[in-house]
Amino acid sequence: MVGEEGHRLIITVVGHDRVGIIAGISGILAAANVNILDISQTILQGFFTMVMVVDSKASTVELAELKELLVKKGEELGLVVNVQHEDVFRFMHRI
Amino acid sequence: MVKYVVSPEEILETLEMLRSQKLDIRTITMGISLRDCTGTSAEEVGGKLYDKITGVASRLVQVGEDIEREYGIPIINKRISVTPLALVADSLSPREMVKVGSYLDRAAREVGVNFIGGFSALVHKGYTRGDLALINAIPETLAGTERVCASVNVGTTKAGINMDAVSLLGQIIKQTAELTAAEDGIGCAKLVVFCNAPEDNPFMAGAFHGVGEPEVTINIGISGPGVVLNVVKQHPEADLGTLSNLIKNTAFKITRMGELVGRVASQRLGVDFGIVDLSLAPTPAVGDSVAEILEAMGLERCGTHGTTAALALLNDAVKKGGAMASSYVGGLSGAFIPVSEDNGMIEAVEAGSLTLDKLEAMTSVCSVGLDMIALPGDTPAETIAAIIADEAAIGLINCKTTAVRIIPAPGKQEGDWIEFGGLLGRAPVMKVNRFASHDFVRRGGRIPAPIQALTN
Repeated sequence: MVGEEGHRLIITVVGHDRVGIIAGISGILAAANVNILDISQTILQGFFTMVMVVDSKASTVELAELKELLVKKGEELGLVVNVQHEDVFRFMHRI
Repeated sequence: MVKYVVSPEEILETLEMLRSQKLDIRTITMGISLRDCTGTSAEEVGGKLYDKITGVASRLVQVGEDIEREYGIPIINKRISVTPLALVADSLSPREMVKVGSYLDRAAREVGVNFIGGFSALVHKGYTRGDLALINAIPETLAGTERVCASVNVGTTKAGINMDAVSLLGQIIKQTAELTAAEDGIGCAKLVVFCNAPEDNPFMAGAFHGVGEPEVTINIGISGPGVVLNVVKQHPEADLGTLSNLIKNTAFKITRMGELVGRVASQRLGVDFGIVDLSLAPTPAVGDSVAEILEAMGLERCGTHGTTAALALLNDAVKKGGAMASSYVGGLSGAFIPVSEDNGMIEAVEAGSLTLDKLEAMTSVCSVGLDMIALPGDTPAETIAAIIADEAAIGLINCKTTAVRIIPAPGKQEGDWIEFGGLLGRAPVMKVNRFASHDFVRRGGRIPAPIQALTN
């Protein structure tokens, strides 16, 4: 099955840990009516790494716009933010 | 609480591949049948094919860009392949064929694809009038258009090699180089001579939409030398069996990206999903090179003794891993070894390690042939034909696709450089054997199908 019907996105945030990362990212998601399903934080290869699984089904903004807002917020905080459809990871690592 | 579909480590592995190891989808190629575009004049054929292509492919580039954005996977090229034009325009003259080529070019520009393949003829057993007209129209077409790619199939394992066509193409390649001399013979970079050409190849310049193909289809060409290079570099102590397995695992992951993009693209465009082509397609970028993989396997320079064995292992592992990852595999499916498009190959030629003869040997264990190789401008047409014949013979006997895309660069000599820029890259002019092949090539006729063809 292709996840065309799926609305789950994976947001990854990589950089140096600091105050306000979750607040900054989740604030944008809340404003866009995107639901956070899961968050995990870890240190990988010396970098702070946050992975969020979100549901964009009821999102009030287009994906492209949401992505732009999150990437911009990431830049403000000195972090690299990626927003990708969940299927990219599911397809590569699961059969 | 929703469980992760995949672990954070796996997510980061994918991100690493995409961000720093240059994993991308090399091409989404839409194959379009033009069998309903026949006519008795260039205007009639051209008008029909222009309307069909611009109608069917109108959303191709947009859909490709949408997928790229949503999934975060770079898709480098969106392209179109069409029915070999000699079949569609069989009654036309060479002059009219050139005109039809310009319609193809305009259609490609209109829908925003950078290349359109299918200015092609299949002549492995002989020519029709239209085949001959098309071949004779190749030099002017490639000189006068920007996006049209041409290919000619001169042999198959089942039919043998049409040596008359091989001989003619030696001259056609020379003429094409001369007509595009101002740009180092760039026309030749858009012309591929095949043996056992696949009908569903998504890669240029040799893509065409074969006669057994459906009305419209989507074929995907994957890439990823950088990802394979990374895994080879990380395991300097691994024995070759272990290394093969590591490459297989990596090829599986790369191919899954192609499978995903192919499924989504064909669904959104409402057309059949054709195949994923399991190819390692290098680019001139550092770290995106097949030669560098071979060197990371333990060779001081690509081209030295052991290169063919290393390439055979690499090519086989990529196919084994990839075949498990996709529902439909096709096209060329193998590691490409183009010289001008692979920085490691260029350096190996410069260092004197990689020669034309070694490249020929390498093509017997990988995809696809002598590719993007610059030769001295004074190389005789007969010698070029003989190079094509050698390469076709490898394909013929080994039941595999082989191809030749060489550039006899006008006015250049061994050691000079040609510069194309972009994905086509740059290349040093290589040494050619100076002894003549004239009398052999001039015999003409057909090399019969080999005993391997008698499989029934």
